[in-house]
Formats: sequence, structure tokens, C-alpha cells
Amino acid sequence: MSAPVDRVLRAGAEASSEKSVVLANVSRRRFLQGMSLGGLVLAVGFRSATAADEPKKYGADGMPNGWVDNPLAFVSIAEDGTVTIVCHRSEMGQGVRTGMPMIVADELEADWKRVRVAQASGDEKRFGNQDTDGSRSTRHFFEPMRRCGAAARTMLEAAAADRWKVPVSEVAAKNHEVVHRPTGRRLGYGALAKAAATQPVPARATLRLKDPKDFRYIGKGQLKLVDAVDIANGKAQYGIDTRLDSMLYAVVARPPVLGGKVASVDDAEALKVPGVVKVVRIESSPPPAHFNPVGGVAVLARNTWAAMQGRRALKITWDDGPNASYDSTAYKASLEESARKPAKVVRNDGDFAAASAGAAKRLQAEYYVPHLAHATMEPPAAAARITGGKCEVWGGFQSPQAARDLVAKRLGMSADDVTVHVTLLGGGFGRKSKPDYGIEAAVLSKAVDGKPVKVTWTREDDLHNSYYHTVSVEHLEAGVDAQGKPVAWLHRTVAPTIISTFNADAKNEAPLELGMGVINVPFAIPNVRIENPEAIAHTRIGWFRSVSNIPHAFAVQSFVAELAAAAGRDPKDFLLEVIGPARQVSPETLGDTWNHGESPERYPVDTGRLRRVVETVARESGWGRKLPKGRGLGIAGHYSFVSYVAAVVEVAVDAKGAVTIPRVDVAVDCGPTVNPDRVRAQMEGATVMGVGIATLGEISFKSGRVEQNNFDSYQVTRITEAPRVIRVHIIPGGDYSKPMGGVGEPGVPPIPPALCNAIYAATGKRIRRLPIRDQLTV
Amino acid sequence: MIALDINGKRQNVDVPGETPLLWTLRDELGLTGSKFGCGMALCGACTVHVDGQAVRSCITPISAVVNSKVVTIEAVGGEPVGKALQAAWVENGVPQCGYCQAGQIMSAAALLRRTPKPTDAQIDEAMGGNICRCGTYTRIRAAIKQAAARQGGTR
Repeated sequence: MSAPVDRVLRAGAEASSEKSVVLANVSRRRFLQGMSLGGLVLAVGFRSATAADEPKKYGADGMPNGWVDNPLAFVSIAEDGTVTIVCHRSEMGQGVRTGMPMIVADELEADWKRVRVAQASGDEKRFGNQDTDGSRSTRHFFEPMRRCGAAARTMLEAAAADRWKVPVSEVAAKNHEVVHRPTGRRLGYGALAKAAATQPVPARATLRLKDPKDFRYIGKGQLKLVDAVDIANGKAQYGIDTRLDSMLYAVVARPPVLGGKVASVDDAEALKVPGVVKVVRIESSPPPAHFNPVGGVAVLARNTWAAMQGRRALKITWDDGPNASYDSTAYKASLEESARKPAKVVRNDGDFAAASAGAAKRLQAEYYVPHLAHATMEPPAAAARITGGKCEVWGGFQSPQAARDLVAKRLGMSADDVTVHVTLLGGGFGRKSKPDYGIEAAVLSKAVDGKPVKVTWTREDDLHNSYYHTVSVEHLEAGVDAQGKPVAWLHRTVAPTIISTFNADAKNEAPLELGMGVINVPFAIPNVRIENPEAIAHTRIGWFRSVSNIPHAFAVQSFVAELAAAAGRDPKDFLLEVIGPARQVSPETLGDTWNHGESPERYPVDTGRLRRVVETVARESGWGRKLPKGRGLGIAGHYSFVSYVAAVVEVAVDAKGAVTIPRVDVAVDCGPTVNPDRVRAQMEGATVMGVGIATLGEISFKSGRVEQNNFDSYQVTRITEAPRVIRVHIIPGGDYSKPMGGVGEPGVPPIPPALCNAIYAATGKRIRRLPIRDQLTV
Repeated sequence: MIALDINGKRQNVDVPGETPLLWTLRDELGLTGSKFGCGMALCGACTVHVDGQAVRSCITPISAVVNSKVVTIEAVGGEPVGKALQAAWVENGVPQCGYCQAGQIMSAAALLRRTPKPTDAQIDEAMGGNICRCGTYTRIRAAIKQAAARQGGTR
């Protein structure tokens, strides 16, 4: 498999042999070029190697190019005292451009008012891994960024001690200056910057990290987002906003069926459209789809509108290829058929068959979740130009290094000659982990002798050629004892795998999908059998915020509620009983070799934490309170991205079956937090997205083509349907030595089942197929 | 050449009259604060003010606004309501990715100008055409109420 596939699987089945990176040979010139900022002083004297060489491969160590904690890569201080901190992770709304620099600034004792944030270009050799996905940034880079700030602080202190000719033990950095304690003398960071730059970067083992009780910013949540003012003023720059001198604007007619090709094209009318400059074929790539452009016909024009008009005037005949038969209705039936037959066993505790045969009662249910599209508000867009044998690309990329490597490969250039400038992302949700649109821009620029070209996807393009969330059938069976408690549990999960995008023969869910809430469910049930039938993909399957946790949690948390109802028990009490007593379960004993890429010792599945979020959300939501007729509460709790989240949804279902959501309570345990306000914001946003998945979202195929075109047919949650109140309850994370969990994704999975459980409480109707859409309509 | 009044400035553009205002603003005039999200007036990311009314610029041909005053997110802060909303957006930490927020603020500004003390239902009505995929709606609502209160309206 090619390099990016290894990136895909890095945290999964394949152990990466890549070591974390040493920065020793990066020249100052290249460093300064990359920063493209004036007045930098601390960035002088790039010399020390400070990267990881530990043998273990968990967390950031298990990611391509690991982590870097060299302050010379991340911190520069100008003589006026302005501290510039590089953020190497992509900002897509999770707040990373505030959170990551905040960690550095805190250890650096920098005054946040004098901190600027610069965005790293795609360069993992310098900055460490930049794949902004998997809800990983904070937990992987909290410690490296702390060390980075502490090292820079140490250099400033050493410079001050030298200046004053006093022992370094007598000086201390505080709030943007270094103080000589015995005399009270002070020197600002700007005055020290030049001298500090000549100090050696301290060895990692000698670093003195702050006592967390002295944190100024970490864990406080008082800082405003670094980009908030620019966003509110319309000045924030996204990929789609890129403007370059004499740039051409492009839109592309892409094959409507995956694997399709242009059979013939007549561009005569298109070329007559005022403003249209050129029509360019983009070659399709042979399967697997990978991150490659799907090919098609591009229209280049003097503005986007002219390009769109030109595209409309193209006469294209498509050769659809074998996926033209893809039909969602038929496919659902085939998944159901597979889900009803024994299949590959992926976890087997005890003896399900015997226990089920001996059970007092047997229950079963099947759940369906369709394809989804991310529908980021900023559709995919990127710009590129090629000058003097060097290619520059601008765009919102979740994986800028992959964009760089793949642009280089496609253009036949060295990655050293490709620069990927990372803009803000107008939403990511996993779509922008795949830089196909960046490659398109580069290919089109090459087709016009390197002139700048920006390619913009329309909403229709986005919905028709996405990397879709998978489609799945989840078949569950349980044998219960006389009290209704499950003693035997069977879960057959069938869904085309993300791996099919990289290996067309892949038909089973991969460890990274099974480890998303199907095999690693830590219930206190002695006989558990998990099976995974094969499924063939007919479109590009990709990550979608919280990924396979969506169907798995929907099925598991709905089924537990169904068992509770059958037993006549309170759903919350029953859920806690199924989770069982507080204990730490090794993911390995659950057959989960992936564990979100984290150490099984440091990150066991902790049922105590799962219980606690369930208990907390129940208490805070007033679980059990009396509600008027037509209202109901539903609960669900789920472990994903090494965090624990539970939700209680309150629904109101009117006489016509219309659903409104007056209130949602969410409890999250993600360990210690850096920016609690953004944890809250992510839970709020995940709740809204979860509501949309449950109620509205569906991508369906007919004759291999997506049936939805825009936000009229692919509906997403609006303010009118969103929960009116979302209350987020953050479990105190304890001290900062405790492992951190993910935040961006784990809020999504509990919402659809909690909502459907609430609908059951309100109406007695059980939803097993998403989206709900008109299933309740009377 | 077509003459337009954009943010109080006269601008001449050399594109056909049917060109949508959105692409004229973004590609011809470099005002990229108004965003493209759907091209069909379904998402509200492109919202601007035409003679004070919230209008979806993605479906508004420039020929329709030649005699009108167009205000975009880049200039709405010059008005008290716009300024108050922008401040409330920052203070409440409304934005996540931020892409839709220009359109949200423009819709909210048009709302507060005609309804200084909006009810929840009036907020729903005015803001229902603006999609936020990050799901910042509870904070959008809070920020509108805060800006309204600071403008002298409370309810």
C-alpha cells in the first residue's frame, strides 16, 4: 500500500516503523521561509535535536512523524515582545488554533495579549504529525506543547541570568518578563529575545514544567478564540477565499458514478460562455479511489460564476462503469440478508448459542443507518500555482502533509518542491482529511502552465462526490434471564469499510471500525458474540465525525433500552446494570487491538467512568421527572475516542408526529481539559449534528448516482429544529497527569439513540431506521 | 460596466448583469466575507443587506441591485446593530469553524433593525434560513439576545 494508506492504518492493524522526527537538519532559512513572518529573533540557531525515541508506538508516537517539541519550530519572539506561536494542527471549528498555542503560552509565561498565532504549512518533519482527525490534537500534543513552552521559557531565563551575571536559580519568568528575585530587576521578553536565541535548547529531561496550580490559561476557559474577531468581521480566510494574481476560477464536471469516465465531451458551447477561458480534462484514477480526484472535465474562467455557466454548457456522455447498479434500497436488503446469517466472528466470550438457548426469553432487533455526507458549509475548494518548478497549494486540509505528498506524486515533483498553505477550514468533519480537491487545483494549474487556479466545488458537487459515511445494518439478539437481564448478546454488524477506499478488495470492517463501539462494548454480559459479515463498497467510504460509532452506538444503546422496556425496567437503571460494576477492562480482552491508537494500559475501558457520565447526566437532567403527555426522556451513554459521553434528550412529539427537542443534557468525561469552553462548544455542536443524523440526514443512491443535490433534499439541522437548550456537564478531569480523551467526535454517538429512546418514552414507537424523517407522521 | 453601491462605495464591474451579487462581491471586488454555501438561497451563508433587507446574494443578479445600497459583513460593523452583534458573537464564543457566521450576523442584524426585541419565535423565523453545520445555534440565539439587550431591547 502506498504511504497515505499506511497513514490511514497507522493506528490500526499495522505497526508503523516510522520513528518520530529529529529536527536537527532543518536550516534556519527554511524555517524562516516557512514562518513567513517578519521580526523573528528567537528562531535563530536551529540546532538541537529534541524528538522522541521511545520504543513504544502509542498516542502521538504511533502517528506518522510523531511529535516535535522543539521551541525553535514553534515559538518566535520579536524584539517588540510579540510572541508568535505556530499551530501545526488544522482549525475546523474545534478551537485548536486557540487551544494548542494556549498550552505553549502558559508554560512560556507569555501574556496572551501579546501572543500571535501562525499556521504551519504541511511539514511534518518540522512540526510532527498534522493529521487533524481522530479527536487527537490535545491528547497527543498537550505534553509536547508544554515542553515546547517550558524550553523557550528556560532559554529566556538563562539569557536574563547571563545578562545580569547571576545564577539562573535566582531568576524566574513571569507574565512576559524575567525577574531577578533578589533585586527585583526585570527584563521583558522582547529585550531578551535575541540573547535567548543563542542559548542552547535545554535537554528534555532538564525541563521544569509548571505546577498545574500555576496555570494561567490551561483549564480556565477565559480566553476568546484567536480567530473570533476576524470571523465576525468577515476577514477570516478559508480555502475558498484564496485570491492570487491573475487567478483562473474552475469548476469540474465529475463522473456521477464512482469509477465512471468521460466517454465523450463537446465543449463548443461552454467555450462560448463569456468569461470562460479553457476546458481541461482531468484523468480519472484507477481504483482504489484513495484520495485521488475522480477525474472529469474542468471549466476555467475569469470568475466562478462564468465557470459554472460554462460547465452547464458542456455536453458530456459518461461511461458509468460497474457501480452504475448501486441502489440503496436493494443494498439495504442485501445488508439485511447478510446480517441474518452467521459470519466472521470478531469477538467471542462464553457461548452465546448455549446461553441464548437456555435463556428465559430471546429478543432481537435490527437497526439501519444510511450513508451521510459531511456537507461542510465551506464546500471543498483549493487554489494552486506552479512557478519555477515549485508548486504552492492553498486550502483547508485536515491532512496537509498528505496533500503535499499526493500533489507531488501527481505532478511528478519532489514533496520538497510542494508547499501546502493551510487556511481555516469551513468545517471538516473528516471530509477534508481527503485532499482530492487540492490535487485537482494542482493538476489544473499545471494544465495552464502553472498559472494560479482555484477550484470550487458546488454543493451539488460536494454531495455527489463525497467520501460518504458508511451504510450499515446492525443485527442484535439477546437472551435474557427471568428478570430480563441479558445473559447472551449477539451483535452482527455489516457495513462497507473505509479500507475499501484504499483497497478495493476489503470487505470486512477493520479494527479501527470494530473498535468504535461494537467489540469494545464493556457490558457485564458473560456470553458475547460479535460477527462481521462481508460488504462490498460501491462508492467512496470515508470518515465522518465519530465514524462507525454512529451506527454502533445507535444500535447498542437502542437495544439496551429495548431490553429495559421488555423487562419493564427504568432505562437508566437498566443501562447501569448492563454496564455492571466499576472496573477497568483491557481493550485487548475485548478483542480490540486498536484502542484508538492508545496504550491499553494507560487507556483501559473504564466502566466506572462510563457509569459516572450516565449517573451525572441522569441527575443533572432531572431523570424521572414528570412530563406532560407527548413528552419523553431518553438516555444513552457511549465510550469513544477514549472519552465517555452520556446524553439525556427531552423530546416533545405533537399529535401530528412532529418532533421538537426542548432540552438536551450531556455529560462528558474527557479527562483533564485545556479549554473547557471549547469542550462545551464541541458537545453542543455534536448534539446538533447528532440530532440531524437521527432526524434528517440520508444520502441514497439510484443507478449509482446520489439522489440528493443540495440542502433541500439533503437536510441538516436548522435553528428551528435544533434543541432549544443544551446543557453540558463536564466531569472534573483531575490532575494533568491523567490521560486526556478526545472531544471533537465523542459527543455525536449517544445523541441518536438517546433521541430515539426519548421518542419511545413519549410515544411507545421504536425507531430502528434512521433518519426518522416522517416515520412518526400521523 | 455596471455601477453598484457596495458598502457606501461606488464600484464598477465588467460582468454580465445576470451574474449573482455573491460572485461579483467575491471574485470581482475581493469581498470574500460573504460565503458560498449552496447557490440556491438554502443556507444563508451569502446573506448581505440590500437597502437594509437581508438578501441571499447567491441568487440575486447584480442587475437587480443597481439602484440599491448593498452592505456586506465587511461594513456591517459600521452600524450600531452590526457592531453589537459582532461583539456578542465574540463574547459568547459563537463561532466554531466560523464559515456561516457572516451570514448569520447579517441575518441577525436585519432582524434586530426591524425587531429590536425579538422573541424566540421571531429569532427562529429570521434565522431559520441560515444553516450552521457546526451546530452553534444555542449560542447564536444567546448572542442575538445579548446584542438586543445591549441595544436597549430586552424581553
